[in-house]
Amino acid sequence: MGDDLHSVRVNPERCRARMACMRACPTEAIRIRRGHAVILEDRCIDCGECVRACPNSAIQPLTGSFTDFARFKYTIALPSPAIYGQFRRDILPGTILRALTRIGFDEACDLTWATESVSVAIDEFLADYRGPLPLISPFCPAVVRLVQARFPALVDQLVPIDSPMEIAAREIKSRKARELGLPMDEIGLIYLTPCPAKILAVEFPPRKRTSFLDGAIPISDLYQPLLAALARETERPGDAEAVKGLGLGWPVLGGQAACLKTEDTLAVGGLRDVARLLEDVENGKLGELQYLECHACPQGCCSGPLTVENPYFARSKILQLVGRYGREPGCSREQIHRLYQQGYFSLPGRFPPQPFPPLDAEISRAIEKRARMKEILETLPRIDCGACGAPTCHSFAEDVVQGRAALEDCVVLTVEQARRHRHTALA
Amino acid sequence: MPGASVFTQQFEVRGRDFANAGRASTAIKEILKEIGIPPATVRRAAIAAYEAEMNVVLYARKGTVELQVSPREIRLLVRDEGDGIPDIELAMQEGYSTASEEIREMGFGAGMGLPNIRKNADQFRIESVVGQGTELDIRIRL
Repeated sequence: MGDDLHSVRVNPERCRARMACMRACPTEAIRIRRGHAVILEDRCIDCGECVRACPNSAIQPLTGSFTDFARFKYTIALPSPAIYGQFRRDILPGTILRALTRIGFDEACDLTWATESVSVAIDEFLADYRGPLPLISPFCPAVVRLVQARFPALVDQLVPIDSPMEIAAREIKSRKARELGLPMDEIGLIYLTPCPAKILAVEFPPRKRTSFLDGAIPISDLYQPLLAALARETERPGDAEAVKGLGLGWPVLGGQAACLKTEDTLAVGGLRDVARLLEDVENGKLGELQYLECHACPQGCCSGPLTVENPYFARSKILQLVGRYGREPGCSREQIHRLYQQGYFSLPGRFPPQPFPPLDAEISRAIEKRARMKEILETLPRIDCGACGAPTCHSFAEDVVQGRAALEDCVVLTVEQARRHRHTALA
Repeated sequence: MPGASVFTQQFEVRGRDFANAGRASTAIKEILKEIGIPPATVRRAAIAAYEAEMNVVLYARKGTVELQVSPREIRLLVRDEGDGIPDIELAMQEGYSTASEEIREMGFGAGMGLPNIRKNADQFRIESVVGQGTELDIRIRL
């Protein structure tokens, strides 16, 4: 999709071509070629469903590790609030933040204040907005790429407000540089991510040149060391007050919408359901809603492909925290109002449409290819068995038309042909 | 042979089949995107196709939506078997609807379907025979 980098890669040594990734991919971006899974770069939206699906852990996120961050004088972990759902119910966010400083970070900063601030900024934006509705949340990078690729007519309905992680990173970096008397480039901000999509958002932040974050590490990579550190950690006074506000609920489906003033919201998780809903929007429906909260992951970020806990457990833990510490405001509305007016939250420019590549750059050739695809599709069994190495008969027909596969690769057709031969031979 | 390339596909639509309503227009939209039609044009065609398909579902016994794509235009031919429209001029007015209470309760029948189709089309023709059915010819230039 223009970018030459993606957030995941297939490790050919581990890949056994068991097709789980190919079937799980919501954009049909995976093929099996010569015994290995191959990702079609221009169709991948970095949702990480393949990472989750692979039975051999052969699809790995391209992330940093601690050693990559040795170049910084001071390292700060910025964990996605999804991390708070990953540990036992009695373990408080404040304790988790302290445990992070025991496993190699100089400091760990909570992002909940930023999620709540961004929610208030969305309220401000909605109050003045007069364009087409519903607006679409821009905080799940896989959803943003899905909109750009499959629903390019809807890009201007993505809310032009920066993500909490970017806003927090900008704030924390300049504050820490002042406090420590260090140049900004000697302070490393590392996002602890629940998904590959956010890794890419750190590498290629939407609509901007650079990110204030310096890298990302999967929550799943830190899970074991954190568990060990937490075993040695005890709750301290102040841990309960360390993290508060409705922003705590952001990692669960519906958590963003719950922070907003308007009730005309809808929360949807899972890319297939997101796509179905966006179809409706594209058909001119759902205009009575103000805000669609869309997540690639069914339960929201707390169920990201790079988390460890059972998604329902994680959800219940987050909701418990919201119930206990959500009532106290995590930020001041007046202050956010002032900052909003100054453009503190805005994303520059617009989200460019980036449609999946058409069958051909030349329209009459594209039409001919689509007609040929239809002919081929009519001869195929339409059972989407995947044995040819493509996830559906539809994508196989496209591969044949594009010269990426041969009709003989269809096992069902080949078997039928062999059967016919046998019958004629016997007759 | 320039202009010779045409893609044609026909979709069946059944009246009252709310479970599958919208499938034809979704498939049409996908095809237009695969061909590489610009997003704004796809959206116009999608809205026209959806409204036309819903009209068949809501008011007719059954019908077909035929998609034709050439390098010059997108054409949607919608034919249905149903009661037909006695007064087309009236039916083309925004807000005019003969929808039953039941249909309105489902959120349809606001009398915007046909006007919406005309708004999104470059050329629009409608013919109807009472007691037999209705035919729409929707063209969007490329």
